[in-house]
Amino acid sequence: MLTIKNLHASIEGNKILRGINLEVKPGEVHAIMGPNGSGKSTLASVLAGREEYEVTEGEVIFQGKDLLEMAPEDRAREGVFLAFQYPVEIPGVSTTNFLRTAVNQVREYRGLEPLDAVKFLSIMKEKMKLVEIDQKLMSRSLNEGFSGGEKKRNEIFQMAMLEPKLSILDETDSGLDIDALRIVSNGVNKLKSSETATIVVTHYQRLLDYIVPDFVHVLYNGRIVKSGTKDLALELEEKGYDWIKEEVNAASV
Amino acid sequence: MTTLTKNKVTDLALGQVPSFNSFQQLRENAQSFLRDKGLPGPKEEEYKFTSISKKLEQSISDFSPANTINLSLDRVKSNIFEGFDGDIIVFNNGHFEAELSRFQAQPYELISLYSSSPENLGKIAKFERDPFVALNSVSFEHGISIKVGRNKKIEKPVLLLFFNQAHKGQVISPRVLIEVEENAEIIFLENSISLDEEPYFCNAVTEIKVAKNAHVHYDRLQNENKKAIIVNNFETDIHRDATFTSVVVSLSGDMLRNNLSLNLLDSGCEGNMYGLYLLDGKTHVDNHTNVDHTKPHAESNELYKGVLADRSRGVFNGKIFVRQDAQKTNAFQQNNNILLSEDATINTKPQLEIWADDVKCSHGCTTGQLDEEALFYLQARGIGKIQAKGLLLYAFAGEVLEHISDKNFRNYLDSLVQERLGSSF
Repeated sequence: MLTIKNLHASIEGNKILRGINLEVKPGEVHAIMGPNGSGKSTLASVLAGREEYEVTEGEVIFQGKDLLEMAPEDRAREGVFLAFQYPVEIPGVSTTNFLRTAVNQVREYRGLEPLDAVKFLSIMKEKMKLVEIDQKLMSRSLNEGFSGGEKKRNEIFQMAMLEPKLSILDETDSGLDIDALRIVSNGVNKLKSSETATIVVTHYQRLLDYIVPDFVHVLYNGRIVKSGTKDLALELEEKGYDWIKEEVNAASV
Repeated sequence: MTTLTKNKVTDLALGQVPSFNSFQQLRENAQSFLRDKGLPGPKEEEYKFTSISKKLEQSISDFSPANTINLSLDRVKSNIFEGFDGDIIVFNNGHFEAELSRFQAQPYELISLYSSSPENLGKIAKFERDPFVALNSVSFEHGISIKVGRNKKIEKPVLLLFFNQAHKGQVISPRVLIEVEENAEIIFLENSISLDEEPYFCNAVTEIKVAKNAHVHYDRLQNENKKAIIVNNFETDIHRDATFTSVVVSLSGDMLRNNLSLNLLDSGCEGNMYGLYLLDGKTHVDNHTNVDHTKPHAESNELYKGVLADRSRGVFNGKIFVRQDAQKTNAFQQNNNILLSEDATINTKPQLEIWADDVKCSHGCTTGQLDEEALFYLQARGIGKIQAKGLLLYAFAGEVLEHISDKNFRNYLDSLVQERLGSSF
């Protein structure tokens, strides 16, 4: 589904990613962990098409297509979804209106008829249950005045509405209490299928108790320096990142 | 510009004034005031950023008053927006045209200033306040006066349509006096239409009396051709417990100057001013507003928003006076701008003078670019860049449009704004 080869990216001249290689197949869950500043969020942003980042080397192939050539909206329409670490507040645009525009533009791209208001609302109601999101939030301005938990739930709700192939969760767990974490993870798990894949970017092993990864990768200094199963996450939880840093530093001497 | 050219413009303007029988005293006084003061030059504080005189000198060669032009009923009808079924008052180059207007026996009185001279004309919009008011007072010809009697509620809105076309320039001087008596209610809508792409100078004066506990709404669209030079002087006297609300939406023109004054003359009255300007090309729009709180317990609200593209320029100057007597005043003012181009400019200036000590006043202005983070967020959900921009700008502009009182007019302006924001911007 997704092949990342030797991906290098920088922002304002600072090299952040220094040769990422990753292969994600349908049905898989990949967790990307690593210390602060290792490039986790940069990777998520580059995949979603954030313009501030400059890709200097490498390629990303998504379902046979060159992802890096595409505008952010086309990536979304092809089926890439980024759950933002910091969802943006947009005054004056209601969540319902925004989502209907988004869903119908994605449908148009995929050659599907636009949803009428009735059909859209019934789908919306059904998906809202998934993340236990309050109807009242839907008519309010997008994310404006939402609590941290509500914003993250709204991200997963949008994911449910857009039905992506590849979901990238950028620190969706940060700042969530256990209850909110459980709701968000439940939503993600229910949306998983043998045809979709998920990349979970996180600081904390805690999330991986709920969303169980098939692979865990450790990002350090812009490279994936270690990959393993979910046991690797447990090991990181226990021992921190220092031993990995030491391993890497020893190898490069 | 030198004083010489400033005088030249004034002389030209005054030299072309036709002779009149009506309003002789007003005209003579305004004329001598204008001779003395002249039109505002570049050093005039009030016109510092909007040099109308210079613009007139460059664009207008003929300062004679514009005569009426051929205007058909079909043409009038084609400019009535969908759903509107109220009265229509048509102006042809500033001259009231009864034959093209439409009245449905609503209970108000309309008289032509050609045949009568209401005593209050010039009492609200005093010519000493601004040279352009003086110029209009000297040169207006066929304006109107509207009177809404006590306790009358005018059910359907009244639409004023100004059709303008003046070859080689020429000056159009519409004049409107509106007197809304105690407990009366009325909604006015206004649209100005250019009949071709040639330049003209329209110097309009509208003065409104809103008597005790009367309620008046006045919503305007300014969407004239790219060469039109417009000065709009709008002055209102608002009496005890009365409310007046103005909405101005400016979409096109060469140079527009809107002077809007709300005189809150007694307790319990309320004045609201809303404005939206969406500018592209080299359009220049200047909104100068003035609210004067003279007595306690009155309220004013003001919100002006602008989106500026290309080489356009916006000016906002909002004066709030709170006199010593005007305790317990609530006065709020806000001006927000989005610049879409590096060559677009906005000059914004709040001006508060508060002499009372127990008041709530606030003002604020912001100027920024379109929020790139918000844009990316929408794109990341599959919304195309142009639509995403349109969605964000429309959300910004919508806050002003929602104050338009008539639903059909609001829908009409809404569609014009959406069209503009979804395309060239």
